[in-house]
This record gives sequence, structure tokens and C-alpha cells, in this order.
Amino acid sequence: MKKATLQLETLSCPSCAQKIENAVKQLNGVEKESVKVLFNASKVKFDFDEEKVSVADAEKAIAALGFEVKSSQVK
Amino acid sequence: MQSYILGKKKPITLLSGILILIAFTGKFGFKNEVLALWSLALASIMGVAPIAIQAYQALRVRVVSIDLLVTIAVAGAFLIKNLEESAIVTFLFLFGAYLEQRTLNKTRSAIKELTEMAPESALKQMENGEFIEVKIDEVNVGDILLVKTGAKVPVDGSVLAGEGYVNEASITGESLPVGKEKGATVYAGTILENGTLQIIADRVGEDTTFGRIIELVEEAQDSKSKAERFIDRFAKHYTPAVLALAFIVWLFSHDIELAITILVLGCPGALVIGVPVSNVAGIGNGARHGVLLKGSEVIDDFSKVDTIVFDKTGTLTMGKPEVTEEEFYGEDVEEVLACLASVERESDHPLATAVVEYIGETKLYPVEKTNVIKGAGVVARVNGRRVAVGNVALMERENVPLDEKARAGIARFEANGNSLVLTAIDGELKALLGIRDQIRPGVKEDLQRLKRLGVKNLVVLSGDNQGTVDLVARELGLTEAHGGMLPKDKAAYVEELIARGHTVAFVGDGVNDSPSLARAQIGIAMGGGTDVAIETSDVVLMNSNFRRLPHALGLAKATAGNMRQNILIAVGVVLALLASLIFSEWMNMSIGMLVHEASILAVILNGMRLLRYNLRY
Repeated sequence: MKKATLQLETLSCPSCAQKIENAVKQLNGVEKESVKVLFNASKVKFDFDEEKVSVADAEKAIAALGFEVKSSQVK
Repeated sequence: MQSYILGKKKPITLLSGILILIAFTGKFGFKNEVLALWSLALASIMGVAPIAIQAYQALRVRVVSIDLLVTIAVAGAFLIKNLEESAIVTFLFLFGAYLEQRTLNKTRSAIKELTEMAPESALKQMENGEFIEVKIDEVNVGDILLVKTGAKVPVDGSVLAGEGYVNEASITGESLPVGKEKGATVYAGTILENGTLQIIADRVGEDTTFGRIIELVEEAQDSKSKAERFIDRFAKHYTPAVLALAFIVWLFSHDIELAITILVLGCPGALVIGVPVSNVAGIGNGARHGVLLKGSEVIDDFSKVDTIVFDKTGTLTMGKPEVTEEEFYGEDVEEVLACLASVERESDHPLATAVVEYIGETKLYPVEKTNVIKGAGVVARVNGRRVAVGNVALMERENVPLDEKARAGIARFEANGNSLVLTAIDGELKALLGIRDQIRPGVKEDLQRLKRLGVKNLVVLSGDNQGTVDLVARELGLTEAHGGMLPKDKAAYVEELIARGHTVAFVGDGVNDSPSLARAQIGIAMGGGTDVAIETSDVVLMNSNFRRLPHALGLAKATAGNMRQNILIAVGVVLALLASLIFSEWMNMSIGMLVHEASILAVILNGMRLLRYNLRY
């Protein structure tokens, strides 16, 4: 289980946060309970199983919603 | 294609604005209906494209978003050939979103300033001994780093070589530079104002004190209170409900105009954004003023506080005893002080430390045959004379006569809350010193401010004897004072206050007060950047600065009030819009969208006021 933190472009509508949360939650291998979208900090944090899913998958899912991922960090 | 359109929202907004202008000049200026029609149609289609894409993407992750409401409304308007409305609504929606983002960035600016202080690079020693600039991520614990004048300290570490002055404002809020030399601890995010330091990294990245503070503030600004979670849940069902309502209205009345107007009026914007905006601005203001408020739940509780309990030592007082009063008997004061300092310098008793500090530079004699008498003092041979240093009991033991003047002095010093240190040389009383833990400067005024902010009970709890505590309470105008308390007694007392129905904040230095800090509804730590204080408390006053407390309370109250105003604005606007839809003739989609966007801007601007909040009086 690893922890990822993604820095997004500035989020300006709270419903964006909800969209992103749902999109990340739907990825297989992401710990659903751990998904946190920090609206003001414009960050997404989640735990994931690196054998099932990669951070790149999450980045892709978020980009598909039209949000730019600026940087990501895995620990 | 989709992301291309989304990336071009700004030019699309501008273009659709221009097209609308062309349409209206065409229509009213040149009576050219065809031009107007085409411009409006183009503006509508272009404008709705990014909104529709967002709506579709949201649907794919099963979210009924506000974009969907607007898209359907615009499509409906297009269908009934009301192109004016469809064009204006899309334009207002896009333009509003743009303004929202601009103003939102302002409310977030305070916290952004803080996070931008994080160091990004470091000069790291490579295997060949040279220092090379690397990214901060490449620095590990144990690396040796070079910090030059004007640079940020990249990690928490200790100084190996060199010396310099460091500005630690980012950690402590104290802008006076602090001198650092070999062995000193330095903190990430602080700035070396002059000198050069070679340091070894002890903690890096998010583990540094500064990294922890940033993470804490970031989590805090996005933490949600009960009310906010309720609104979020509400909003989740609210948007689909509006959609359903509009559909039902259309089903029964076959009035598309009315149905799509309901869609636009029902947009929940201001309600969802109002509370987070107040939250981020309030916490940002605190971060700028050395106050960490851990989230909106804390703000809400803190704003209702009616009882504040203080620990005495280190909170109301400096936690460092000092000589405050003195009286000498006989001529040769210089000689007495020399003997006294010689004896006291060998002890590590806090009172002895205070005496040595007070005397300062003096002649020192060798001390022989030191005899420590527990609970009384010290007797020793100095320069061939018998010197006794201690309390009144020691003087009686040594058969030192105390005359009237001495007795009066003792009584007066004690009444002022002093601990006594008497010095006798060869059986004769020579000096009387009063030592007291000084009250922090300005505490009295700050307590008055707290009272004016509506705090009814100011309570001090202390391990010291009741007399000393009473004295402090009287001097500071506290409402209750209890002495002789152990940490567990304090926690029990806090619990009792809560049981009596008070909302209690506990202010302590975080070292031995953790049980009370945890037990109180609001734990306020006077954190000199210590980990325990930052972790266990709800509010942290940086650099142990008591003076920030009134600002913290005032800010919490202002922020909580601001949230309530924003909820009121949001709910009021929706109700007013719905009412005017039912009771008036002039309400339509465009006006609805205008009012809706205006209300979002109103709550953001209202939230922004918090950034400038400053406690008056």
C-alpha cells in the first residue's frame, strides 16, 4: 500500500472536488476510504495498491475530467 | 478535442461576450435581426461547449453537476428559439466561473504565501567533497549541506561548522534574527540573514517542523465542520432534485420556459462555496499572525468558548524565576554578593540559578565544606568565613538573629508572592532576596481583551501553593484560582467545568498538560515549535506568544460569523429567486443567472474580508 499526493491546477468549484473524488475512487486498486480531495489546497491524496494501479492511471483519470495534474508524489 | 475546448475557456468567454454585444448593436442599432440571430446562436453554441463537456465528464463519474443544469437549460432555450437567453446565460456562467477563480485565489493567498516559503533546493556535499545544488527531494537524512547568506535553510538539522544569524519568523513568528553556531539546531524554511553554515540534515521534507506546519494548515483549510458536511450531502441530492423538479414542472405545464428557468435558479453555487471560502480566509489570516487554527470544527467550537483555563507556570508567567526584590543589612554589599555568588554557582536549584544570574559578574572565592540542608539551604566555608544561604528555617537553625527591619522585609516580600533567599555571614544576616516567576508582560491587557470578547470565566490552575496562585489571580483579575494541582487534577477540573455546561479552552505549554489539552473542547498550546504541542492541540500559538490569544479568539469568532453570513446570503438568494419566479412577471433565466453568479461573488468577497481581520481595542 502506498500513499500518493497529487497537486492539481487551482480548483474553483466544490463540485469539481466531488467529480475528482468519484473518478479516483472508481479506479481499481485505490483504497476508497482514503481518497481525499483538498479543495482549497487543490490536492488529491489517496492510498493505493501499486500492483493493481499506478499513479499515472489516477493522473489520466483526473486529466480526462479536464483538470491538469501539476505534480505527484508517492511514498 | 475535449481538453482543447476546456483549455480555451477564457477566449471562449471573451468571444461570446463580444458576439452578444454585436448581436445587440445589430438588433437595436441597425435593426438587423439576422445578424443578431446568428451572433447569438454562435455565442450560445460556443459558450455551451465547455459547459456541456464538463457536464458529460461529471455524469461519467456519476455526479449530477451544476454544469448539467445549465447545459439542459441552454439547450431548452435554444429549442424554443430564445437565443438571447441561451447566449446570455452561457456567457454569465462562464464569466462568473472566471471571476470566482480569480477571487478564490485571493482568499487562498495567505496560505499560499506560507507554502511558498518551503525551500526548493539545497547545496549538498557530493562524494568528492564539492557542494552541488540539488532539488530538495534529493536531500536525505545525514547529508551534509551548505547554507549561504540569504538562502533558506533546506532541512531541520544541526550546525557542523560556521556561524550566522537566522531569521526564524516562518517557524516562530519572531522576526528578530537568532545567532547560530556549531551544535545549534536550525529549521527548514528559516532564512540565513548573514554568515555561512555547514549543517547535517536531521529531518527532511514533510518531517521537518515547517513541513508539518504546512501539512497541518493545508489539512485544516479543507477540514469540514458538521454543518459543512451536511451542506455537502445536501448539495449532492439537491442538484438532481432541481433537475427532477424542472422535469416534473415541464411534464405538467408543458412550459419549457418555466422548466429551464427553474434549472438556472436552482443552481446551488453560493451555498457550497460560502463556508469553505470563510474557512480558508480565516485560517490564512491566522497563519499570517502566528496562530494555527486546526480546521472549521475548531473555529466553530472556539468561537463559542465561555471559559478559558490557564496553566500558570510558563503560560501566564515566564516559567523562569527572577530576583525581583532585595534588601541589604550592613555595609559591604559587594563582598556579600561575592560570597553568595560563590556558593550559589555550585547549585543547580532554580532559585540559585536566578540568584547567580541576578548578581552577574563578580569576584569569586573558592568554596569549601559545602553542606546542603534539604528544604532549607546551603552552609559553606568561603574565604575563611561561614556563609549560610537559604530560607528563614535555615537562619533559625544557624541561630542568626532577625531584627525588626529584617522581619518586616520578610513579611513584605512574602506578601508580594516571593520565595525568599537569606544570606548570613558568620552568624549575621547580610542580605534578603525575593525571587518570583515573573508574569509575562502584557498578559493583563490580553486577559481584559478576552473578557471583552465575551469570555466569562478565566481560571488559573497550578501546582504552586494557593497563596502564590491567589496573588497571580488578583494581579491579573482572574475569576478563579486553584493551587496545589497535579496534571491529573487539572484534567479532572476541566472535565468538571465541561460537565457544568461550559465550553472550555485550556491554554498550556504542552509539556505536562497534554491530558488537559486533550480533555478540553479546545486545547490551545503555547508551542515554541515543539512537536507535542503541535500534535495534541486544536489551536497553536507560535513562538509561545500569549499575545496572539485574543487575536485567535477574535478571529475564530469573526470566521464563524462570516460562515453564518455566507450561508444566509446563499439560502436567502435561492429563496428570493424562487419567490420572484412564482410571484413576479420579470423573472427569467438571464436575471436568475446574473443574481446567482453575483451571490457567489458576494460570498467570496465577504470571505475575503477575513484576510484583513485585525483585533481592535
